Amino acid sequence: MIVRVSTEGQYELDDDDIAALNELDNAAVASCESSDEAGFHAAFEQLLEFVRSHGRLVAGDDLRGSDVILPPPDVSMEEARAEFSGEGLIPG
Amino acid sequence: MPGLSGRMSTVVKAKISKLLDKAEDPAETLDYSYQKQIELLQNVKKGIADVVTSKKRLQLQEEKLKQQVVKLDTQARQALSAGQEDLARQALERKNVIQTELQSLDSQIAQLEQQQEQMTDSEQKLRAKIEQFRSKKEVIKAQYSAAEAQVKISEAATGVGEEMADVGLAMQRALDKTENMKARADAVQELEAAGTFEDLTSLDSGQDDIDRQLAALSSSSEVDSELAKMKAELGSGQPSSAGELGAGASAGSEGEGASTTTTEAPSEAPASEPAAEPEQ
Repeated sequence: MIVRVSTEGQYELDDDDIAALNELDNAAVASCESSDEAGFHAAFEQLLEFVRSHGRLVAGDDLRGSDVILPPPDVSMEEARAEFSGEGLIPG
Repeated sequence: MPGLSGRMSTVVKAKISKLLDKAEDPAETLDYSYQKQIELLQNVKKGIADVVTSKKRLQLQEEKLKQQVVKLDTQARQALSAGQEDLARQALERKNVIQTELQSLDSQIAQLEQQQEQMTDSEQKLRAKIEQFRSKKEVIKAQYSAAEAQVKISEAATGVGEEMADVGLAMQRALDKTENMKARADAVQELEAAGTFEDLTSLDSGQDDIDRQLAALSSSSEVDSELAKMKAELGSGQPSSAGELGAGASAGSEGEGASTTTTEAPSEAPASEPAAEPEQ
């Protein structure tokens, strides 16, 4: 499975890692929904660290698309929340 | 996947398929995609140049503020040795505000620097993908039937499209950040202009809103200790005349007045004139 960390790059993870990734993703979402700013940043940082440490960087000339795209490392909680409500982070 | 990552993925994929929907014939789609990719690569280069320009402008501003700090420090010393403690205090308060501003400007410039590096890095990745797409494009055109080609194209274009969206995002974020910083730096410059840091003679206490804001912003204890230190330095450095004036100043600044028209004449006693008109 290929995971992109926005503005950083693509990582290839083993399928075994999907469950853990999902859990971390849900934790980030939960703290974001309860407006727990510190909790959100901690959870999101954990998610990124998991991807970076478990994943292998995908080569630059690899044309495969990502299965999952994560927000950029410097995402704010408000931006992350906008992701759920539909505004989106990617500029038109 | 409903979470953060799921939503991001959906948004990006929607954008890529929008890009691919433009043309119907596979060969046409390929050329169209490639042309779009090249265009975006140019935009990215321009975007990076914009970030660099903005960063340089902020660095210039930082330089100017640093000079301002030195100047205000000198002015505070001058005012103190001329027996005008109130003026010295105000100069130090302004210095304090600028120093705080400098600190945040500094860390923001560092952040921008990092973003610029990331963008350059992304640009290289995008270039590699586009190059890969170009060679694949010719293979697809030559070897596949229209139906097969459609599939191959969307596979190849997804990778490039995603990279394009990502570079676009990085660029947007870097530019937003420079805009914020620029607005902030401009605000400081306005403060500077409104308070006329240049001209000590106009720094009568309570003269304008800016003064009150500045006083509120700066931590007075910090200013107090700096003022005390400066006094001690001046006292030991120039034992004769400065010592006398220093004593006079602290006596005169007890009340609210102590408005003096000029800093150029240290020999004059700090007369309490009817304020207002600095020039006669």
